[in-house]
Amino acid sequence: MERIISVALVGNPNCGKTSLFNALTGLNQKVSNFPGTTVEKKMGETMLSDTVKLQIIDLPGTYSLYPKSADELVTYEILRNKSETNFPDLVVFIADASNLKRNLLLFTQVCDLGVPAILALNMLDVAERRGISYNLEVLSEALQVPVIPINARKRIGVEPIKQTILERLPKAHAAFYSIDHLSQEMLAELGKVSDKRNAYAALQYAINAKELISEKSLRIKEIFTQYQFDARQFQEEEVFARYHLIDAAVKKSRIQAQDNLKKSITKRVDAVLTHRFYGIGIFLVLMFLIFQAVFSWSTYPMELVENAFAFLSEYVKNALPQGVLNDLLVQGVLAGLSGVIVFLPQIIVLFFFIAILEDIGYMARVGFIMDRVMRPFGMNGKSIVPLISGMACAVPSIMASRSIENKRERLITILVIPLMSCSARLPVYALLISIFIPDTAVWGPFNIHGLVLMLMYLIGFVAALLSAWIFKHFIKSAQQNYFLMELPGYKLPLPGNLLITLYEKASAFVVGAGKIIIAVSVILWVLASTGPRDKMNAVAQKYEQHMAQLNETEKNEALLGGLNLQRDADFLEASYAGQFGKFIEPAIRPLGFDWKIGIALLTSMAAREVFVGTMSTIYSVSGADDNLHSIRAAMLSETNTQTGKPSYSLATVFSLLLFYAFALQCMSTVAIVRKETGGSKWAIIQFVYLTFLAYGSSLFIYQVFG
Amino acid sequence: MNLSEIKLGQHAIVRKVNGDILALKLFEMGMLPGETVELENIAPFGDPIAIRVGESKLCLRLEDAAHVEIELH
Repeated sequence: MERIISVALVGNPNCGKTSLFNALTGLNQKVSNFPGTTVEKKMGETMLSDTVKLQIIDLPGTYSLYPKSADELVTYEILRNKSETNFPDLVVFIADASNLKRNLLLFTQVCDLGVPAILALNMLDVAERRGISYNLEVLSEALQVPVIPINARKRIGVEPIKQTILERLPKAHAAFYSIDHLSQEMLAELGKVSDKRNAYAALQYAINAKELISEKSLRIKEIFTQYQFDARQFQEEEVFARYHLIDAAVKKSRIQAQDNLKKSITKRVDAVLTHRFYGIGIFLVLMFLIFQAVFSWSTYPMELVENAFAFLSEYVKNALPQGVLNDLLVQGVLAGLSGVIVFLPQIIVLFFFIAILEDIGYMARVGFIMDRVMRPFGMNGKSIVPLISGMACAVPSIMASRSIENKRERLITILVIPLMSCSARLPVYALLISIFIPDTAVWGPFNIHGLVLMLMYLIGFVAALLSAWIFKHFIKSAQQNYFLMELPGYKLPLPGNLLITLYEKASAFVVGAGKIIIAVSVILWVLASTGPRDKMNAVAQKYEQHMAQLNETEKNEALLGGLNLQRDADFLEASYAGQFGKFIEPAIRPLGFDWKIGIALLTSMAAREVFVGTMSTIYSVSGADDNLHSIRAAMLSETNTQTGKPSYSLATVFSLLLFYAFALQCMSTVAIVRKETGGSKWAIIQFVYLTFLAYGSSLFIYQVFG
Repeated sequence: MNLSEIKLGQHAIVRKVNGDILALKLFEMGMLPGETVELENIAPFGDPIAIRVGESKLCLRLEDAAHVEIELH
């Protein structure tokens, strides 16, 4: 019979929890979300013995059990609720020995909830370098729990932890902090509305639940008023009392070798990295280098992906009999899949660097130096990283905004991330810019093409800041607006942790964005390949008749001359997508767009770079080689049937560039925003806002220059 | 005097922390009355500031630091 023991890893942020989790489970872990939240849930398994399986859940780091963010709330909810499916048999509490007192505050709260716990003491080496060591037996005695020294980074102590878990499940601990001085009648009353496990758990639940709007909160407030209980005052007293108890335990077990062997290097490193001038300089240089790497390192793998899919499409196309299934697979599913995978290299390279900087402790410093800059725009220092990642892809960036605790600042950040020019816009920009500027043009030492491209990125960034400033005035928050962040000590990144993080980011993107992109691709394929019967038949007939009039050699010549491409273009025009383009033409004409662009606007909803592919179909460009140049030539020679002027005047191109810079033509982003904000409201507001912004700017630019 | 007025490298003792949630959060993070604090770094635009308290280093906006009453060493 297999027995399962479930443990939860609990601790402060930056205590080495994730390292221990990785050391315990390796790649044998699953990441999902806690139901109804956007908080990451990491579960893993390992065998304790032949018959005992250990199930480990890594709970979000928190400083106390009075949660102040969504992450912390999850940790609290799981430890509070015995009937919760994730409620553990045992808590493995990881404490940073170099900051023991503060870490133990949460530990004593967890114990007082009535959850059995053992204490894993991490970073003893760091403490030792500061001249502090502990007598672990004394500490264990004082805290009445097993204490196990570990070094999560070096994977030391993993086996002893497993042994301790296997040998004895410790019993629930006697309370550290007694609340006997409170009114027993009040506690009894509270017990009826909240947790029945123990009095402390009931009171804590009441204090936390009081802020929520529910029938319970009303009753709790009533009870508090009745017994003249000041929750805020109690919490303060509780923290002080706990620190007092902890102080005694820590003092007893601490062996002070020498005072301050070495002053921590953190201060000196910070003096440079957060310096008035170099600080910002170093940050900008780092970001520049990262983006250089993102774009140059990923070029080759991206080509590889594209070629692989081109090969695969060709293979499937020929292997399966011609028909609807064939087209669906090749033009719908494979095209969609390719559109997802092609971004993976950039995302992996970007998150490789972000994960390293995060691991080292530099990202907290970025938050520190950029906070003042972001504040007037209703965001905080932590918004800068998601915004910058938005230049690769909005989807993982919006997920990365989870690190922003303040709800309002996080929401504003999410709302403006899509304005950062993501890499799907790059091919669109490249095509459009090349229409009016040859990519060989130079201005002094600069390539003008590149300068305009940079300008587009800048426009996106400025639009993001201004939009944030606008949103700031409309989004109010009841939450007290403070920005408090720990600046952790610097440490070397761990390759194992990095790999696991990258794997998670990549799979989150593929699953999150992939489903949507493929679904949208299939829908768009249907819209582009089917149409009103009479119109589609007319096109088919026209070409059949045309072909029937030709002899064999003329037929081959016609096909070589692009007759089938012409036919595809005519079919697209007759399709539902074509009908849609024509239908919206009156609405987009003031922006300088015709129905052909209308089709591309629609198909771009899968991913913006589909614009290029659609343009090549509309202009019957052979997909073979030098795609960009032939589309460019076709677009340039296009004339407006009404005015006789070129369709792509400078004004149209500018208008189109702005439209692509601002419009939210990405269903994956809409889906991820919906998920991360917990409902459709903000996804709709964002979509409407960005559509208006795009429409308005394009209208303005076309009417002024057109 | 309050924590937003401390100079670089100066040490001080925390006397009182005002503010509702902020105060609790600061207590939980170890900034208790009686603790010694030091201003270690200032962000490029003069705000926020990095405060050493015990073994932690905290980043605080000046407007939040103004809630912490201190006494210089």
